[in-house]
Amino acid sequence: MEEIREEIRFPRVGEVAPSFEAVTTHGTLRLEDFKGSWLVLFSHPADFTPVCTTEFIAFSQAYPEFQKRGAELLGLSVDSVSSHIAWARNIQEKTGVKVPFPIIADLSKEVSIKYGMIHPGESKTETIRCVFIIDPNQVIRAILYYPLTTGRNISEILRIIDALQTTDKHGVATPANWQPGEKVIVPAPTTLEEAEERLKEEYECVDWYLCKKSI
Amino acid sequence: MACVTPEGKPTESGKKMLSALKSGATSPEEIAKATGLPLFRVRSGLRDMTKADLVREEEDGYKLTEKGEQFIE
Repeated sequence: MEEIREEIRFPRVGEVAPSFEAVTTHGTLRLEDFKGSWLVLFSHPADFTPVCTTEFIAFSQAYPEFQKRGAELLGLSVDSVSSHIAWARNIQEKTGVKVPFPIIADLSKEVSIKYGMIHPGESKTETIRCVFIIDPNQVIRAILYYPLTTGRNISEILRIIDALQTTDKHGVATPANWQPGEKVIVPAPTTLEEAEERLKEEYECVDWYLCKKSI
Repeated sequence: MACVTPEGKPTESGKKMLSALKSGATSPEEIAKATGLPLFRVRSGLRDMTKADLVREEEDGYKLTEKGEQFIE
C-alpha cells in the first residue's frame, strides 16, 4: 500500500513570515504587532527542562542587547500559558533573572506547524530549537535549527542581526566570523569591465572577486 | 488579555496607556513612547481595550471612551 505522507512546507529565507495570532504570556499577539521591529521568534522543546532554562536565562540577560538593535524576542513551545507563567516565575525565583519577553503557548501547534518547528526525527511532540530572524518588513532573513540537546549561542544570533543590519545599511556582505567594526566585503563585480576597475579602486583585495573595505 | 482583566477593567499597563491617551497621545507609536511599553504590547493592548470599549479608533487615531475615562487616576 502506498504510504501517504503529509507534506509540511517549511518557511524559507527571503519569504514573508507566516502570519499568526497566538496566546502568549503578554496577552494575545499577532505577528503584525511586531511590524517595524526586528523579531527573533524562537521555539524551545518544553518548559521546566534544563537546556531550555539555560537558554531562557541567556536570552533574558541579553534582552537589552536585542533592544539596542531594535529587536524583540518571542519564545514559543507547545506548553500552556499557565506552564509558561509558572516556569518564568520559577526562573526568577531560583536565579533572579526576569524573563522580559512574551512566550507563545502553542498548544494547538498552529504556529509550530506553520514555521516547521516540529522535526519528527528529533521529537514527534515537541518543537526543536528553531530561530527565525524576521526583519521590520516581516521578511524572514535567517533561520537556525539546533537539536534538542544543544543550547543556542545567543551571541551568534546577535551577530547575525548586526550583519543583516550592516548589509541593509551599507549594501555590503560580511565575511566569515565577522564582528561589528571589522572590514566588510564589497559585492563582487558582475561584468568584466567592473572586475578590471575593481582592482584600481581603493579596496583591500585578494583578487577582483574578493575585496574588503572599512565602513 | 494583557491590558484588560477578565472583568473588563484595565490592568496597570492598560491604565498607563489610558493615561497616555488622556495626555494627548493618539497613535500606537506615541503611546509606546509615553508609557515606555514595547510597541507590540501597545498594539495588542489597543486591540484588547477597543474590544472592552475602553478606547475607540477614529480617523485621527485612538481616543478614550467614556468607560475608559473612568479608569484614569
